[in-house]
Amino acid sequence: MRFLLLFSRQGKLRLQKWFTSMSDREKKKIIRDMTTMVLARQARSCNFLQWKDLKIIYKRYASLYFCLAVESQENELLALEIIHRYVELLDKYFGNVCELDIIFNFEKAYFILDEFLMGGEIQETSKQIVNRSIEASDMLQEAVTAYLNIKFQKCT
Amino acid sequence: MPAPIRLRELIRTIRTARTQAEEREMIQKECAAIRSSFREEDNTYRCRNVAKLLYMHMLGYPAHFGQLECLKLIASQKFTDKRIGYLGAMLLLDERQDVHLLMTNCIKNDLNHSTQYVQGLALCTLGCMGSSEMCRDLAGEVEKLLKTSNSYLRKKVTLCAVHVIRKVPELMEMFLPATKNLLSEKNHGVLHTSVVLLTEMCERSPDMLAHFRKLVPQLVRILKNLIMSGYSPEHDVSGISDPFLQVRILRLLRILGKGDDDSSEAMNDILAQVATNTETSKNVGNAILYETVLTIMDIKSESGLRVLAINILGRFLLNNDKNIRYVALTSLLKTVQTDHNAVQRHRSTIVDCLKDLDVSIKRRAMELSFALVNGNNIRGMMKELLYFLDSCDPEFKADCASGVFLAAEKYAPSKRWHIDTIMRVLTTAGSYVRDDSVPNLIQLITNSVEMHAYTVQRLYKALLDDISQQPLVQVASWCIGEYGDLLVSGQCEEEEPIQVTEDEVLDVLEGLLVSNLSTPVTRGYALTAIMKLSTRFTSVNRIKKVVSIYGSSIDVELQQRAVEYNALFKKYDHMRNGFHLSLLMIINFRFFVVLSSFKMVQVCLSCLCVVPILQANDLLDLLGGNDVVPVIQNTVSTKPASAGGELLDLLGDLSLSGIPPMTAYNKNGLKIDFTFERANPNPNIAVITIHASNSTEADMTDFVFQAAVPKTFQLQLLSPSSNVVPALNQGTVTQVIRVLNPQKQQLRMRIKLTYTHKGSAVQDLAEVNNFPPQSWQ
Repeated sequence: MRFLLLFSRQGKLRLQKWFTSMSDREKKKIIRDMTTMVLARQARSCNFLQWKDLKIIYKRYASLYFCLAVESQENELLALEIIHRYVELLDKYFGNVCELDIIFNFEKAYFILDEFLMGGEIQETSKQIVNRSIEASDMLQEAVTAYLNIKFQKCT
Repeated sequence: MPAPIRLRELIRTIRTARTQAEEREMIQKECAAIRSSFREEDNTYRCRNVAKLLYMHMLGYPAHFGQLECLKLIASQKFTDKRIGYLGAMLLLDERQDVHLLMTNCIKNDLNHSTQYVQGLALCTLGCMGSSEMCRDLAGEVEKLLKTSNSYLRKKVTLCAVHVIRKVPELMEMFLPATKNLLSEKNHGVLHTSVVLLTEMCERSPDMLAHFRKLVPQLVRILKNLIMSGYSPEHDVSGISDPFLQVRILRLLRILGKGDDDSSEAMNDILAQVATNTETSKNVGNAILYETVLTIMDIKSESGLRVLAINILGRFLLNNDKNIRYVALTSLLKTVQTDHNAVQRHRSTIVDCLKDLDVSIKRRAMELSFALVNGNNIRGMMKELLYFLDSCDPEFKADCASGVFLAAEKYAPSKRWHIDTIMRVLTTAGSYVRDDSVPNLIQLITNSVEMHAYTVQRLYKALLDDISQQPLVQVASWCIGEYGDLLVSGQCEEEEPIQVTEDEVLDVLEGLLVSNLSTPVTRGYALTAIMKLSTRFTSVNRIKKVVSIYGSSIDVELQQRAVEYNALFKKYDHMRNGFHLSLLMIINFRFFVVLSSFKMVQVCLSCLCVVPILQANDLLDLLGGNDVVPVIQNTVSTKPASAGGELLDLLGDLSLSGIPPMTAYNKNGLKIDFTFERANPNPNIAVITIHASNSTEADMTDFVFQAAVPKTFQLQLLSPSSNVVPALNQGTVTQVIRVLNPQKQQLRMRIKLTYTHKGSAVQDLAEVNNFPPQSWQ
């Protein structure tokens, strides 16, 4: 996989994950191209596009477009499944996820993505394991914060 | 200093902005606050500030001043800090940034951290965007971690290794020992990432590929277990057990089986099993089937399996789901070369896809349809494709038109059908046809001699309807110019001949000249056509009038032509007819075709004309390789009549006469002598042979002799014997000049010599006035 973008129906970017190194300028251009191309697509078209030497797979979930770019030898139908899996993970975490959740908790969306994919490949195929890892990391974060709060209170 | 506002608070505030300017203002204010907070080295709120910065970065605002802060967060002991710090690093600190390498040490420490989630963060960052230097530095750590039994870490390390290999392929060997028992894992995550690692290694190195072929049986077994096993809640997707892993294994099998008989044979059974047993009601099942088909087509599978694969694709074509139809068309396109007959069986379904509403599907269907056209189905296919051409979106028309032309050329069942097809394309998609089609079509029409009358009639009728499509108009004007006589004579075998007068034809052509719809190129065609008709029609005066009007046209191209044509009327009336004129037109037509690469020096109609770069090769091709025509290099020539063989025939045989030779030039070691012959039967033509000799010690290479004569003469230069005048008088270069002197005036000549001598280019001009009187009297 080359990159994953999430954007709203107005073309506002909600998440960007790049799996290869690119300059800022290139990234901005790609974002522009993707949003233009995908938003121009008609309602009942197929979810695949050819763009330069990459295959673009996109799917709309409520008000968000998920746009994934893969190389030519990769399986587009599976890419749709990958997108769907990510949405399921978000849904499990946030409980009936909507765009606002991703806007206000974008860093969590990244953390979840980083437990599911890495370097452009899938790292974990089990939904439960991904969810458990995120929960454990969150708990670790809270525990540390709580510990520090207690410590702080003790000092004052 | 009050605590910086929380992330969610900021997001909420920014979202209330009603204009871009308002948002920019808020952001700038917050950035300033964040900057001063960074300056104060505030540890407590650094995390919050960086998070806010990342949000603003996503909105498109610059955030580079947060890069070092990310590094500080990564170095912190708090897990919260590290989480945000690593996220920031992945977003802001890619390998193009100078400070990127400062991360290396932190990552190294965190790779050995006691908490697996911290290790996980470090691995993730390294595996996503580690630069080659970082990978080199940390490869050892990665290799060490590969031995861990912790499955959470193991899968991350494996993908990290994949990334290291991608960045620094030479390090691949390092990970080989760790691959020993890679596939004996039970954990799916680890198994999946291991398959990815194996795939990466096999793709990069043929040695690795050969080494890992022995894993085929194991892979087959794992795949079998996945298919046969019962419901596994952890990995189930719509009734299929871990489709991601299945697809990945299929892909690795594809790489291992390619080109290898034994491996391919070992996989045959499992591939057949997957192909027949997979549930196809949902996308996920079809994804697996798709991958299976790709694998079957790539390895050395038995023919039964291949047919099975293509039939699966055929079934895909009938699926309601657009995505699946699209994928089927794409795959069929890949296999159409190798399994042509099998794909042909699905031709009608494919052709139906031309009518699909989806643009991506239409395009694939069109490409595939063209690939399937052959001698047997050409009529039927072309009907469908022409219908498609009529109704498709403009973005397809150019490609479709080209495809139709190519197919028609290869498989046309008859000349009439071919021309009809071309006409159809020109009339329906004329403006989208590629520029180079016009000369190709003209070539085709020229070659179909028996169809000339029919063609010109149909094109004329098409012009009457519509003159907006330029390629059609250009081809039509050319045809009318060439075969206008057939048009007015009312001979047509193929269909009912139309009655049209010369004036009507000229009306149409003149209409093209004045119409706003005609491009300059088209106007050129029209004018040339009118000119050509002057030898075929009787109403020459009308044509003369038109031509002279355009002699003062603003368009330089048009003006030039008109002036030349005018001259043809005045000076060379006797030569205007037939053959020569056709030739002139062909020459001019070639100018149009190769327009930009020809810089035509103003053809002066009195003498001293230089026909430059018009490749002599073109000339020969046009004349059908008539070897009577000399190769003209930078010659001084008369009007086109000289290009024909006629003039040379006029010259008849040459006979020596008693005219004394003379030295025309003698300077810097180069001597040029002239010898004379008088040609029979025409006494007005003098044949001069130049002999160039070189008395210096070095050869004169790239030797070119050029000559010009006064107005009343005409001159023709034939090809020289060679371009090298050898040193020390070891040989001479000879070249023949023919001079026509009808007014028997005193012969004078200006010559120009260019050559390379001792590495430097030499050029010289000279007048030759000492011709013996017998040569011109």
